[in-house]
Amino acid sequence: MIPSQIAYQKPESLEEALNCVGDLGDMCKILAGGHSLIPVMKLRLADPENLVDITGIPGLKEISDAGDSISIGACATHADIANSRPIHSAAPMVSKAASMIGDIQVRNFGTIGGSIAHADPSADWPAVLLAADASINMQSRSGSRSVKASEFFLGLFMTALQTGEIITSIDIPKSAANANSNYEKFAQPASRFALVGCAVAADNSGDALADVRVAFNGVSATPFRDGGVESALTGSGLNDESISAACGVAADGVDVMSDHFASSAYRKSMAAVFAKRALKGLS
Amino acid sequence: MKTNVKITVNGTVYEREIEPRMLLVYFLREELHLTGTHIGCDTSSCGACTVHLDGKALKSCSMLAVQANGMSVTTIEGMANGEMHPLQKGFHEEHGLQCGFCTPGMIMTAADLLASNPNPTEHEIRESLEGNLCRCTGYHNIVKSIQHAAKEMQS
Ligand SMILES: Cc1cc2nc3c(=O)[nH]c(=O)nc-3n(C[C@H](O)[C@H](O)[C@H](O)COP(=O)(O)OP(=O)(O)OC[C@H]3O[C@@H](n4cnc5c(N)ncnc54)[C@H](O)[C@@H]3O)c2cc1C
Ligand code: FES
Ligand code: FES
Repeated sequence: MIPSQIAYQKPESLEEALNCVGDLGDMCKILAGGHSLIPVMKLRLADPENLVDITGIPGLKEISDAGDSISIGACATHADIANSRPIHSAAPMVSKAASMIGDIQVRNFGTIGGSIAHADPSADWPAVLLAADASINMQSRSGSRSVKASEFFLGLFMTALQTGEIITSIDIPKSAANANSNYEKFAQPASRFALVGCAVAADNSGDALADVRVAFNGVSATPFRDGGVESALTGSGLNDESISAACGVAADGVDVMSDHFASSAYRKSMAAVFAKRALKGLS
Repeated sequence: MKTNVKITVNGTVYEREIEPRMLLVYFLREELHLTGTHIGCDTSSCGACTVHLDGKALKSCSMLAVQANGMSVTTIEGMANGEMHPLQKGFHEEHGLQCGFCTPGMIMTAADLLASNPNPTEHEIRESLEGNLCRCTGYHNIVKSIQHAAKEMQS
């Protein structure tokens, strides 16, 4: 399969890239690892006239400790993230999710920025970034802005990202909850995408659970935080009874997806199972 | 609208004028006639097209050749160095191939695994092959072949 004719450029600075995507607007697509975009271009489901490759921009791949958060460059690959020690200690669910994406080859070249911009409902990053209360930093030639993950994912392949904007980095706050976090997924056996993915984080340093965050991907068209499970756990202890009771309401009131891999009833019951597994991994 | 690329493949620098839409796997097979890299599915699923880009395993059907401009590619043809690579020997000794179609990709993925984890468990080997399919389903011997190579590379 061969994509349509394209023009390709690889800017050497962020400023140059912002000008490129600013000038070309909807006539271009940003290219990072290409592991979502190239396959859809081969199928001709995407037909951009121009590709602007952002992987030559210095610094965009960096993972750094910014004091009260860890900053992950948009072009950091899933493998870079899986292998980062600071990320592992600040938010183990982030490392774990990275190591569960696709296969070695995909993790070597697919990037976190590309994954969240693509916003596949079955991708792993959305639930993890929601549960981490992460911020997504974007830049255009007219300025920069930062959006919480909860305001970034808007629907099936839809995000708050606007034409002309490049995601530059993602901030993962250092918090007691993120340091005590976990991710579990029910992987579709061929693609490894999540039929159901559940990310959990909770502060368990006091007498009872606080700052509880439970988020799902794969379950509905838009990844979401599950307020029902969160409030059931908040203020209680972390034990088999409290986990079972809370997971009983998993994905209640949510429009659950259905496809040839899993019906909505099956997905909903798997949401409870994987939330339970994720919560049992907390300490 | 063609563009110039300069890509090092198995240690040799190649300069070519290509269409930007050309996939890396076609660049290797059709421009350079390195047909050891196979196309099994063309949908990023089977791993038969796996090569190394700057030392890391990549499905070459999922990347444009222009993205590899200025970089270094290793294909199965670049693995033997006078004598067979330990992984090639392992596949030979342990009967790791039947039709052989998946073998180049299996070897390139296994080489990435052994570079970061020289002494993998059987489970780790099986997990690392998640992105590689063998239609002859010879996984059992493929795992043994990789274990054979790991042992040889350590001694
Ligand atoms: C075989 C296979 C298995 C996979 N399995 C999984 C899995 O289990 N779980 C999972 O989550 N994912 C999976 N993926 C998807 C993979 O994680 C992709 O790499 C990722 O979704 C896209 O990242 P990329 O860097 O390749 O982006 P690209 O393909 O380069 O880009 C994707 C989209 O994002 C835009 N974009 C890229 N970077 C930016 C940026 N910085 N700012 C703004 N827009 C940007 C592009 O314009 C494009 O629209 C799989 C992919 C394959 C091929
Ligand atoms: S041909 Fe590239 S993954 Fe199958
Ligand atoms: S040996 Fe035939 S496909 Fe693997």
